[in-house]
Amino acid sequence: MFQYWNDYFFVVLFLLLGIFLPVAAIWVLGPLLRPKHPTEAKGTPYESGVEPIGDAHVRYNARYYLFALMFVVFDVETLFLYPWAASYHQLGLFALTEMLMFILMLVIGLAYAWRKKVLEWS
Amino acid sequence: MTWTWSNVWHWAAHPLSWPGFVGMLVGAVLVLLLALLVVMYSIYWQRKFIGWIQWRIGPNRVGPWGLFQTVADVLKLLIKEDVIPTGVDRTLFLIAPIFAFVPAFLVLSIIPFSAHHVFTANLGIGVLFYVAVSAITIHGVMLGGWSSNNKWGLIGGMRSAAQMLSYEVPLGMSIVGVVLMAGTLNLNDIVAAQAHTLWYVIPQIVGFVVFIIAGTAEMNRTPFDLPEAESELVAGYHVEYSGFRFAFFMLTEYVYLLAMGGLMATLFLGGWTGPFLPGWLWFAIKVFAFITFQFWLQATMPRMRQDQLMSFSWKVLLPLAMANLVITAVVKALV
Repeated sequence: MFQYWNDYFFVVLFLLLGIFLPVAAIWVLGPLLRPKHPTEAKGTPYESGVEPIGDAHVRYNARYYLFALMFVVFDVETLFLYPWAASYHQLGLFALTEMLMFILMLVIGLAYAWRKKVLEWS
Repeated sequence: MTWTWSNVWHWAAHPLSWPGFVGMLVGAVLVLLLALLVVMYSIYWQRKFIGWIQWRIGPNRVGPWGLFQTVADVLKLLIKEDVIPTGVDRTLFLIAPIFAFVPAFLVLSIIPFSAHHVFTANLGIGVLFYVAVSAITIHGVMLGGWSSNNKWGLIGGMRSAAQMLSYEVPLGMSIVGVVLMAGTLNLNDIVAAQAHTLWYVIPQIVGFVVFIIAGTAEMNRTPFDLPEAESELVAGYHVEYSGFRFAFFMLTEYVYLLAMGGLMATLFLGGWTGPFLPGWLWFAIKVFAFITFQFWLQATMPRMRQDQLMSFSWKVLLPLAMANLVITAVVKALV
């Protein structure tokens, strides 16, 4: 059991170290080394050298809305496949037929989305 | 608790103690330094290797053969002004690079670098952990693009999210074939399962190809580098970033190069196993081959079109990965 905890403790250590490095470099070490002379011209957003027209915080047509829905369906499917695959050698033929049916249903879903032209980026 | 060296270096085999904690900390810091070193010399090797392909010399001014070029670049970024434009969403703008970098480093904790995995967490959910944690980077990239109040940044961030979403699915599904063959999610056990048989690149060749393509797209590298296309989006989501915040976005990208190379070597090329040479050297050779292959692609391939990019993932890679999965399961049931 302690082995299990030790390994997760190591992962948490990585997380803390991963936060420590950018915080130390940007907020502690950085201000000592870098200059700070903000001007109005530096503060304008870059728009290929011309004066920016309007704001970028606008309503933006996220065309991948349907892709995001598809992603949720198929990523959850993949999530179900992982435990199945890991214990497949113990489960035998029953698990195979069950999973074939599961995948078949998802293939039908994919074929439907394909026919409905959801997969086109237009 | 007695202070013995075996407690320090074999923390996985003993209940947690202060010596074990010191060993863990040293291990984590060593992996961090290794990652930074590999990133610096990947960038150097990228410039040199692509230079040779294009009949140029590449960096050759700073140090012998230009070896200190990237060191100089990092120092330059460290002393550059950190410009925060007016009109940005300040909080998100400041934390986005960290949000992108932390998962990139976190996934390195489970990659088995060598036979004596002292510096590797032996997680039972190995592969799943990688896929889950690496997906968090999408948020950093998208928040960075959106919060900079810049149209290029917005388009780059949105494209990046769409692309990473679409390629996450075939990537995850191509790995299931390997999990089926090995019967475990633990990366160390996957390496051990390949040690006495063929490397999975042979029986899982379809999964391997899907993995490489989807992995390249996940890392936003050529020919899938639309989110940061220099010539049309002037670098996409990190246009407004300067100084060390920009450096952290770059660092994220190259740490993923190392992590994805490590994952590929572990899943498909037998990890650290190999004849004659020590394990860590085999691992380094395999990862180096992966990184060089990525740079070779970058020098060779043109950029894809956005509509082709999306339909390629859903109409080609996903059915291929599913077919590979079904065939692997059926063959395994028959044999």
